[in-house]
Amino acid sequence: MTLQFNDETFRDDYSFHNSDRALKRFPFPFHEDSYMYSVNMEQHQGGPADSIYEKRFDVDEHYVSEMRDRAMVLADDPLRCQSLPHMTLAGWDLLELIMVSKSEDYPDLFELHRDGDQWRWVNKPMGIDDSFTFLDEATLPYGPMEYITRQTQGDFCVLDQRDDNLWMDAGTITTQADWSLDFDLGMNFFEWHAPVPMAHEKGIFVRALKFLLNIQQGAPARRLNWTLTVNPLLDTSPENYHKWGIQKTSMTPETVGAKQHLRVELQTFFRLPRSNALVFPIRCYLCSFQDLTKTPKWARRLHRVIRDLPDELATYKGFIDNRPMMLDYLSQFDDGLPTSLGIWPDLDTEPALQKRLI
Amino acid sequence: MSKFEFPTSIISRPVYGTLEPRDGSAHLMIADATGAQAILDVATPDMMAKAHIIYIPKGAEFGHRLRALNPAQYYEGPSYAAAEQRIAKAFGDAKMGLQVYLSGSEGVMGQAQHAAMQAGVPHTAIQTEHRGSTARRMQCVHCKGITEDVATDPFQCSHCGLHLFVRDHYSRRLAAYQGVNIDAEDPGNVPEAKGIYE
Ligand code: HEM
Repeated sequence: MTLQFNDETFRDDYSFHNSDRALKRFPFPFHEDSYMYSVNMEQHQGGPADSIYEKRFDVDEHYVSEMRDRAMVLADDPLRCQSLPHMTLAGWDLLELIMVSKSEDYPDLFELHRDGDQWRWVNKPMGIDDSFTFLDEATLPYGPMEYITRQTQGDFCVLDQRDDNLWMDAGTITTQADWSLDFDLGMNFFEWHAPVPMAHEKGIFVRALKFLLNIQQGAPARRLNWTLTVNPLLDTSPENYHKWGIQKTSMTPETVGAKQHLRVELQTFFRLPRSNALVFPIRCYLCSFQDLTKTPKWARRLHRVIRDLPDELATYKGFIDNRPMMLDYLSQFDDGLPTSLGIWPDLDTEPALQKRLI
Repeated sequence: MSKFEFPTSIISRPVYGTLEPRDGSAHLMIADATGAQAILDVATPDMMAKAHIIYIPKGAEFGHRLRALNPAQYYEGPSYAAAEQRIAKAFGDAKMGLQVYLSGSEGVMGQAQHAAMQAGVPHTAIQTEHRGSTARRMQCVHCKGITEDVATDPFQCSHCGLHLFVRDHYSRRLAAYQGVNIDAEDPGNVPEAKGIYE
């Protein structure tokens, strides 16, 4: 199958859109009708054909436009990409992991030719054909982490592992759910998670860290996280919050279905071979409420999850003020029928919505 | 003077203890304002023979009493920024067994702690004790400008002019709390400023 890349924007006129294929493979994050933080981690060794889990680094129709958006963010604010001096080797590890994975998983889109330390990388969607010397920074236009993450969807944290902890010592962060790399750089696992409500008390971070410290090379893991974003805006950074925050107040009952987006992060964890660092790609998928409710199971479930989410989480995720408007919209679809377990759409087995057909 | 009890907070927020005399090959003591009192409380003649005291009075008058302790080295400066290079050199020159004592405002302790970590001083050799002002050193997340001694919430960024909410989220690398625009979703609606712990 050849991928068609959308020509779209994640700002200003927001021409972002999902094709039917993208809707079908959207990573709906709720496996039941309610949600609470948990240590929701599993192995990342593929998944159903054409799902976002299938490849190590999913490349989809938004690839080229997302990379264009990232380049704009980095031009405006170079501090979104930082690497402390001891992290350069981990940057090379990451470059290798991504180049090898993408060229094996998408041979029609990416090629990697290696002759000793002389490497040639071909990225067809972005029109890149670069030759360089592996481990020689002078032969690339950017540092290795920046070079490869300018060509890979999703944010990237590169964590140094020492003193039985993980340290956020490098990253490229341009599509974040309202946290600052520049501020969190150098923090450990507990420090950067400090603002999260309820999860510390539940012991989630202690257990999660233990799991992460033991991740082995070749045995990556994954989890989903989610929040809500008004408009398909990738750069919901605190840095620019004084510019985009106002958009949260721009929804009306007529526009909520189109403007309110579920923002899902596919978070994966890979051990890197030379540096023993851990890389944490955070891949963001957006879908409007209007599109989500086309899938009956998701329409029912989204309403119930948003309705019953504890106030602490709705406040932390920044949508408590808009929740009543969202619920007015979503309740139109929820006919009260039970839903099947698991995140998959189950289009063939779940009944059509009884309540409202639009 | 009684010490201020900070309310319990999130994990990134630093906590401070009470300085105790320790054995060490040398003692580096950095304090501002009434932080001098913590040094006066902990100092012993033995310690002073190997001590370097760096003091930033900010209008407090403890200089003569610190000097009277007779430390091996004594310096008084007008601000942390003015003393910064000197402090970096003191940490850079440090030998094994150095003990570090920091006291006074969070801003000065945080910056000195960061300088010590940068120089590779083990964190177990660093003690802190909060005294005096509860004002915070703050980074505006928008313009990245740092403002010293922020005592109220919200406050107006001294660099870009945005009205900022003072968070408890703290970066040891920046030795600063985070300030985030408070009226982004309702421009002009800025609550009256109050003391951070009021
Ligand atoms: C090493 C990899 C990880 C990194 C770099 C990372 C980073 C972050 C960051 C920066 C935040 C935002 C905190 C803020 O508000 O400022 C966050 C939120 C969070 N993290 Fe992690 N995290 C990692 C792994 C995990 C794991 C394994 C869990 C597992 C259970 C987890 C659970 C959470 C939760 C529950 C939130 C709140 C999210 C929300 O409600 O939207 N994190 N993480």
